[in-house]
Amino acid sequence: MNWNSWHEFLHMGGYGLYVWGSYLVCLALMVLEGWLSARRHAQALRAPELEEDEE
Amino acid sequence: MSQAALPSSAPNSAPRWRWNTYAAPSRFYAMAGLAIPWIWALALILGLAGLWVGFAMAPTDFQQGEAYRIIFIHVPAAWMSMLIYLVLAFWAAWGWMLNARMASMYARALAPTGALFTLLALWTGALWGKPTWGAWWVWDARLSSEFILLLLYLGYIALTEAIDEPRRAAHAGALLALVGAVNIPIIYFSVRWWNTLHQGATISMTAAPKMATTMLWAMLLLTLSFWVYSFAVVWTRARAIVLEQESDSEWVRQLKAGGPKS
Repeated sequence: MNWNSWHEFLHMGGYGLYVWGSYLVCLALMVLEGWLSARRHAQALRAPELEEDEE
Repeated sequence: MSQAALPSSAPNSAPRWRWNTYAAPSRFYAMAGLAIPWIWALALILGLAGLWVGFAMAPTDFQQGEAYRIIFIHVPAAWMSMLIYLVLAFWAAWGWMLNARMASMYARALAPTGALFTLLALWTGALWGKPTWGAWWVWDARLSSEFILLLLYLGYIALTEAIDEPRRAAHAGALLALVGAVNIPIIYFSVRWWNTLHQGATISMTAAPKMATTMLWAMLLLTLSFWVYSFAVVWTRARAIVLEQESDSEWVRQLKAGGPKS
């Protein structure tokens, strides 16, 4: 194990901002994309059938 | 009694499996619906395992300190950005040449995920570049060609969304995707072809054997996690696109009438 305390873990040897800035944005965007894709599917399932109004 | 002739579009029919079974949007829709929860679970397990190896087991790098740990997501994101583009170009071309709707829908479902991984590769690269090179960004060959990849994804999305008629959108998108595929070998070989600030290929990392092993494992586990994640999210989006584009077909009508079951 590399870390003796939570503080040390979060500090990342002085690179905490860069390391956690990478991981948190990565996690946040992946969770967001998962949620958006599930929402798009749910909306498509609920969408009323469109009238043929084109061409 | 002979086999009943089921209509090919029935979503819950169980036909004999053929290589093109899932080319039928209805069958893809049903199969993916069953698989997606398991795919999510697998992505999560692989991701947690990768993070554990990457932070609890992999030691500190003697040159870069802890900053190097960004590699565990930077390289997988960059790999996925290129892989997804190639898969997108393949399905787009397939859909275009054979007029296969499912292939074209699948290509469109891939694009946002590819764009996301490209953005993440650039973002994590910037946050790694600052402490190690002293710059967030430089216009060297590797970084510039990866940035062009992001523009290609965004261009593909904008183009296909701008055309209402699915077949014409698929044709235009396939053309853009194929022309843009030239960029993939340029990204991959840029660190060899040009003198770049970006380091060379990661897989030939020189380090003490034991270090390299845990680092490599963390990176490979997170690559697998990102790859499996891509299936989960792309299939979910592809199911949405199937419902959107096939809304006139009988099975989609029945599905919607049957209430909101996955």
